[in-house]
Amino acid sequence: MSGRIIPILKKEFRQIARDKRSLAVLSFQPLFLLVMFGYAISLDVRHISLAIYDGEKSAQSRRLADEFGHSEYFDLKFDLASTQEIDGLMSRDQIQAALVIPADFSRRLLKDNACTVQIILDGSNAVSASTALGYIEAVVQDFSARITARALLRLGNQPFQQPVDYRPRVWYNPELRSSVFLVPGLIGFIMIVTAVISTSLSIVREKEHGTMEQILVSPIRPFELIIGKTIPYVLIALGINLAVLVASYLLFGVTVQGSYLLLLMVVLLFLVSSLGLGILISTLATTQHMAFTLSTLLTILPAFILSGFVFPIRNMPPVIRVLTFLFPGRFFLAALRSIIIKGAGLSAFWQQLIGLVLFAAVTLALSTARLRRQYRGTEGQA
Amino acid sequence: MNTIGYLVRKEFQQMRRDTRMLRIIFMSPIIQLLILGYAANLDVREIPAVVCDLDRSSRSRELAGSFFHSGYFTYAASTQAMGQVDRFLSDGKASIALIIPQGFGEKIAGSGTAVLQVIADGSESNVAISALNYTALIVGRFSNRIVLDRLDRAGIPLKPVQVKTEARVWYNPELKSRNFMVPGILAQLLMIMTMMLTSLAIVKEKENGTLEQLIVTPIRPVQLILGKLIPFILIGFIDVILSLVVALLLFGIRVRGSLLLLFGLSGVFLLSTLGLGLLISTLSRNQQQAMMTSTFFVMTPMIILSGFVFPIENMPRLIQYFTYLLPLRYFFVIIRGLFLKGSGLAELWGQALILLGFGVAILGLSALRFRKRLE
Repeated sequence: MSGRIIPILKKEFRQIARDKRSLAVLSFQPLFLLVMFGYAISLDVRHISLAIYDGEKSAQSRRLADEFGHSEYFDLKFDLASTQEIDGLMSRDQIQAALVIPADFSRRLLKDNACTVQIILDGSNAVSASTALGYIEAVVQDFSARITARALLRLGNQPFQQPVDYRPRVWYNPELRSSVFLVPGLIGFIMIVTAVISTSLSIVREKEHGTMEQILVSPIRPFELIIGKTIPYVLIALGINLAVLVASYLLFGVTVQGSYLLLLMVVLLFLVSSLGLGILISTLATTQHMAFTLSTLLTILPAFILSGFVFPIRNMPPVIRVLTFLFPGRFFLAALRSIIIKGAGLSAFWQQLIGLVLFAAVTLALSTARLRRQYRGTEGQA
Repeated sequence: MNTIGYLVRKEFQQMRRDTRMLRIIFMSPIIQLLILGYAANLDVREIPAVVCDLDRSSRSRELAGSFFHSGYFTYAASTQAMGQVDRFLSDGKASIALIIPQGFGEKIAGSGTAVLQVIADGSESNVAISALNYTALIVGRFSNRIVLDRLDRAGIPLKPVQVKTEARVWYNPELKSRNFMVPGILAQLLMIMTMMLTSLAIVKEKENGTLEQLIVTPIRPVQLILGKLIPFILIGFIDVILSLVVALLLFGIRVRGSLLLLFGLSGVFLLSTLGLGLLISTLSRNQQQAMMTSTFFVMTPMIILSGFVFPIENMPRLIQYFTYLLPLRYFFVIIRGLFLKGSGLAELWGQALILLGFGVAILGLSALRFRKRLE
């Protein structure tokens, strides 16, 4: 049987090599996307544009406003003359948050030791809004603690001692850069889109061009055809994937903490399963247009949203969580992150590997079955 | 005019014949919005925490308790061995670990400083940042109580100063990320559906050889393009209506601004996506090229760089300039403004004008290019 696969392989390679433009797009586009997106994607919340209305303009209230001015998270954009300006600024997206210091700020602090400042937040982007709120509360809390410390010192007491010394440590990503988390996700996203899109036309094109009949009457069997169609793309995609990994190391400092051998295994399994999805689409579709439609709908947004690239899978409702098992990106990402970020061994992600193997087996088996039915169809006609 | 009518009818007939494709066109936006809308949730709540309480005093239990009562953290596990903490974090069972060392309660009861160790799993950085923010708040409040106790005991007539914050959240008071994501997904689906239909429209006829037949007829290029576009515009609008119904019925997300404005501006946005699709279709030699160009060089950049999840203001300058070329960038502002803020033309006219300019320019360019090909 290997004797029959090799001619198919040769033919596929020749066909791929002939369409230079598509081959060039296929090989450079992942790198291009990695460079462009790698620098652009981040979920860090910085440069929160802030407006302050200082109703008191005392030394004390100025000090609070200055704390925000000095913080790396805030850009102090406006010093408001009236609170009525907030509405207009926020609806035109010019500020994300506003701080309102009341007219009796320092008086209240002196009298009651407590005072309330008002924060107005643009909640439309809930993610950055809740992080921003956290930062604002932290600044205000620091400010209060410092006044207390100063008051104690003035009373001639011994230096103020914080009762709890709180020491946060961050593992795996000490600088808390979101790119450490996102770049491996990006690699998975780019590779699945490339793999599925590149193979989804492979069989349907033969159908549309009428060359499928020629293959059907030849002694090539369905699974030989599937394997012959898959292998060239696996090799090309493997080369691209390795280039992408090297580039993400050179450009974004994504270093692999775990074993390279495991990484290679995961990448290979992932490629076979996403190419399997592409081939399956190709056998299901009746026209190239339908193959294109199916592969775009099944890859682009799902690979972005359902794979855990940005949106944590544990946040999803149970039904949707089950659906994520239908996309190989989910398994790949979990395994890739374990290896790259945490340097984990096989014990941490063997389930993901089984998921990939199952996915590849099911898609390739379904494609073969589907082709076999088409074979029988032609025999029936003949 | 009549010719265009015939062409539109021909396209519709062709579409009706391909029932499988028809089903995909109308069902997929609904299914996708349904699944993706539920999945696209970035809310950081219920962060799983592991506690390693080596002190086991009433104070240490009080501190640990205040974490779980805060509503931000959920209890994942507790352990007596420091070595175990490592495993919970690396397996992803917990995102944060609290380690309360021995002697914590005693130090608190005296006048010293007790140490609290917190380890956060930084691999999901946004979760870690929120977790640390919440931790700082909870520890701050706990400290305040202790300071108050100590001053009281020492007979010092001083209360710790406390500036409280009262937050009012506009437009999305529950701070649900879904309210922000669902309109975004709607816009992306609209772009994908319309580009998918148009980017193969002409190259398909070219590859099948039916374009020659059209060329020898007295149909003018403009008529041919309009005949191809009108059905797609109609499909685009139907998709918008279906998505609005799903958003309202399933997610309870209503358009706060004017519905009429939403339809009008969606139409303006469609001009640019359909124009881009047609341009790709006239430039490509075969369907595969058209497909790769539209997915790799148009759809993916639009999805990642237009501000759907990754804020544009965080991107490097160069890429920020590039995003001005993406029609979806403007449409995101429009659709989120209409959905969340109830904005009107007074706020959105700038974005609308740019989109209109884009649409007219791209559509004009593809018509020109198409005419050249035909001649």
